[in-house]
Amino acid sequence: MATEAAHGAEEGSSLVFHPMDQFIVKPLFGGTDVHWYTITNVTLWMALTIVAVLLLMVLATSGKKQVPSRGQSIAEMAYGFVYKMVEDVSGKDGLRYFPYIFTLFMFIVFANVLGLLPMSFTTTSHFAVTVVLALAVFLGVTILGFVLHGTHFLGLFWVSSAPGPLRPVLAVIEIISYFVRPVSHSIRLAGNVMAGHAVIKVFAGFAAIAAVSPVSILAIVGMYGLEVLVAFIQAYVFTILTCVYLKDALHPAH
Amino acid sequence: MATETHDAVEGAAHAAESAGMPQLDFSTWGNQIFWLIVTLVVIYLILSKVALPRVGAVLADRAGTIANNIAAADELKQKARDAEAAYEKALADARAEAAAIVEATRAEASEKLKAATAKADEQIAAKAAESEAAIAEIRAGALEAAETVARDAAAEIVSALGFAAKDDEIAGAVSSRLKG
Amino acid sequence: MEGDIAELGKYIGVGLTAIGMGGAAMGVGNVAGNFLSGALRNPSAAASQTATLFIGMAFAEALGIFSFLVALLLMFAV
Repeated sequence: MATEAAHGAEEGSSLVFHPMDQFIVKPLFGGTDVHWYTITNVTLWMALTIVAVLLLMVLATSGKKQVPSRGQSIAEMAYGFVYKMVEDVSGKDGLRYFPYIFTLFMFIVFANVLGLLPMSFTTTSHFAVTVVLALAVFLGVTILGFVLHGTHFLGLFWVSSAPGPLRPVLAVIEIISYFVRPVSHSIRLAGNVMAGHAVIKVFAGFAAIAAVSPVSILAIVGMYGLEVLVAFIQAYVFTILTCVYLKDALHPAH
Repeated sequence: MATETHDAVEGAAHAAESAGMPQLDFSTWGNQIFWLIVTLVVIYLILSKVALPRVGAVLADRAGTIANNIAAADELKQKARDAEAAYEKALADARAEAAAIVEATRAEASEKLKAATAKADEQIAAKAAESEAAIAEIRAGALEAAETVARDAAAEIVSALGFAAKDDEIAGAVSSRLKG
Repeated sequence: MEGDIAELGKYIGVGLTAIGMGGAAMGVGNVAGNFLSGALRNPSAAASQTATLFIGMAFAEALGIFSFLVALLLMFAV
């Protein structure tokens, strides 16, 4: 009741803030129930992500030119960027997992950037999406570590360079930090994207007051530029942390 | 009172669902997770079957072309260096040959010069010997003439002094004086 | 009336939680500033360490995002 009252009061005033409404999942073709198979705005924007990946990585590179066209050179740049990242951070043997990491990078980059279009829906602002991405990385890397190294993988938690009595304490800390990884990994991405979009919406709400609207529109422009940067940086950070975790699984020696 | 609280709690829960964070509306999670997995699988298939091999092939192809061109350029450079070396060698040969010819000519000329000098020396020596012989003859002639003159003069002087002297004595005295 | 007090406490809590983001801001600024001063001393080594820079920034930022998340949860979900 209290929340309803607050909500009602908000509606009553001239300022209307609904910064979270842009994240609502709704069915595209009528109805209100969201079943697992329902075609929703999530489906639409994920399909657009696939289309964007197709356009960049398949259509733009279809010429296979020695001297690349504009689109092809962007595709090659993305390929080289992620390839070098995997090679530098995870080592040569990490390159076997390059397609998975490149898939993650491409999905996050395009979901973030498409989410910056006006009236769009940002799939990566949902914990459901980022938690699945982060858990896939976490479980994949943990299983890979045990498959490759067996129980030696647990040496990751045993800091043998530390003085003896300190080691159990450090092991507890290491284990906690290991299990916090997927949490921070997922919440960082969704939190950053969501925060930026909500801030833009709040500034947009201020634009209703004529006196402040120029300032608010300038602020939206500034935030939008920052969000474009954040869209790429968060994709980069997610990918590079994946590479770091992969390195831990491939070379668990501490 | 109790029912009112219950109502309030339910109302708040309902409000949270409709006006709260859509991210925490767990009824949509299944939908999102399903479509996310579909999307990831599709992107993975597109990338691993089509895009990545293609881009990798293009990059490898380009690296190969660049390496080939560099190798060809290196080869051409090597050829140019060889040609330069051959030219240098030819130049050096020609220069050596010229030097040899100069040397040979100079040797020949000096040989000729030496021969000519020797011949000239010989002729000069012969002439000098001839002249010496002539001088010696002249000198001997002169001595003899002086003796004759001295003998005649002595005979004249002796006869002018009123003494008669034999020719042999006078000749002996003159010649002993001349010799002494 | 008691509902209003609960509301008050909630918003105070949200405000207090948001302070945590200031700490994350200081942390990220510290990482970037130290990277820059190191990079100016030895520019040739800077390019190879940008990945480390971003990883460090991500870890510092994650804690700020946690406090942001707690603020959001207090605001909308509690």
